[in-house]
Amino acid sequence: MNKKVFTVLVADDDPDYLFQVAYHLRKSGYEVIPVESQGEAEQVISKIRPDIAIFDLMMESDDSGFILCYKLKRKYPDVPVILATAVAKETGITFSLNSEHERDWIRADLYLEKGIRPEQLDQEIKKLLKV
Amino acid sequence: MAQLKVLVVDDEPGIRSGVARILRNFHVTYPFMDEDYTYEVIEAATGEEGIEIVDREKPDILLLDNKLPGIQGVEVLEYVKKKNYDIVVAMITSYASLDIAVKAHNDGATDFIPKPFTPQELKSSIEQITKQQYLKRITHKLKVEGKKVRFQFLSVLSHELKAPLNAIEGYLRMMQERQMGESVSEYESAIERSLQRIGSMRNLIMDLLDFTKVNFERQVEKSREIDLREMVSMAIVTVSPYAIHKDIRFVTNINGCGKIWADPNDFEIILNNLVSNAVKYNKTGGTVTVSVDCSENEFSISVADTGIGMSKDESKMLFEEFSRIRNDKTRNISGSGLGLSIVKKVVELYHGVINVESVADNGTTFTVIIPMVQVQNIKAEI
Repeated sequence: MNKKVFTVLVADDDPDYLFQVAYHLRKSGYEVIPVESQGEAEQVISKIRPDIAIFDLMMESDDSGFILCYKLKRKYPDVPVILATAVAKETGITFSLNSEHERDWIRADLYLEKGIRPEQLDQEIKKLLKV
Repeated sequence: MAQLKVLVVDDEPGIRSGVARILRNFHVTYPFMDEDYTYEVIEAATGEEGIEIVDREKPDILLLDNKLPGIQGVEVLEYVKKKNYDIVVAMITSYASLDIAVKAHNDGATDFIPKPFTPQELKSSIEQITKQQYLKRITHKLKVEGKKVRFQFLSVLSHELKAPLNAIEGYLRMMQERQMGESVSEYESAIERSLQRIGSMRNLIMDLLDFTKVNFERQVEKSREIDLREMVSMAIVTVSPYAIHKDIRFVTNINGCGKIWADPNDFEIILNNLVSNAVKYNKTGGTVTVSVDCSENEFSISVADTGIGMSKDESKMLFEEFSRIRNDKTRNISGSGLGLSIVKKVVELYHGVINVESVADNGTTFTVIIPMVQVQNIKAEI
């Protein structure tokens, strides 16, 4: 039986974080397109439809991740998006997608605090891909 | 034109209509205020009615008679205080009673208007109250804005501090779980990257320490005579291990002035940051030129490099906290994004300015200009 290989678009301006996420995802059997900026991610989106995307929040600008979520969803409404950031709970900035209002302006399917375990990330991706 | 609501609570109809008439065409201006204030008068004959209107209309100013048919004026005052409303209260009182005055004052009444009052007396009370209310609201607004700035600073700081930790933690876990194999050599790049991230985090912490130091006021008592030539050499020595590694040559031009009167800490921060940036963003084999020039009125320190330079747009955001220019050329250069914002703060303590001129791919020159009078030993002259 031929198993479908899912393509994950990962955008993060931290080269180490990007490397690690890409490494783990490839190990778990995903095809990974790693990009280091919002600009590069936009180029990829214009050409390829990934199966799922993981965006960092702060890249060139503080809201790069939000913009990417918006652009991806406009082009591919069905592609799930994970928004990841290191912005800490300690500072009082929190995003969650629990209320209708939040889902309305944050166009992501899941919000994740950076630094989660690779297995956890894999599970979340599987949930969103419904496999 | 802004309008303030004035609620007058008095059982005498004559007083109420008098207040309404006097304030109808009255307006207050104040040099700091953006606009004139005018008044809308609302009337209440009893304390009970007054409380109802307070809840409904949220007036800005309350003129309160103490002797009322039902509940007394001080009770209305207590209610306003309990509800924590932003209302300035002035008591209108016909006979001076120290007891009531003290109680009213304790409950937050800020003014007393004797009854009967002349139009002028009422107007001058209202004017005072308006100014007071205006200042109170402005103070509150500034506090909220201050909090916002602090909040932004903290959120970016937290991002900048956590990112390297996440990266290092990730590499350590990979090693712990032997994800790339059993041999240490497989992990060389992970180790190298971790060390680099630790290095840049250390820089950030050092810069933060500087930052907290200069956020305070200029400390005149720490000033002493300092030799700029010496300070420039020290800054060059500090950065030389890195400069040797990049094969960078230093040129210094110290023209005229040698000694100034200032806090050496401040000038160490200025010179260290500018000189180390000039090395960091230089090309291999480049040159760093440090010049100090003095005239009668001002002196300047300029640090020029032959490095990667930057565009006009990039140089605009250069002095903002945590702003780092991110492009292919800066990717492997670590920095906290705080250095230049610190330099700017320090320069401003001396009423100076810092300018930047840059040509992409050609080099950047930073120039600090400080008025001479700021660094002269005034005390010694007296």
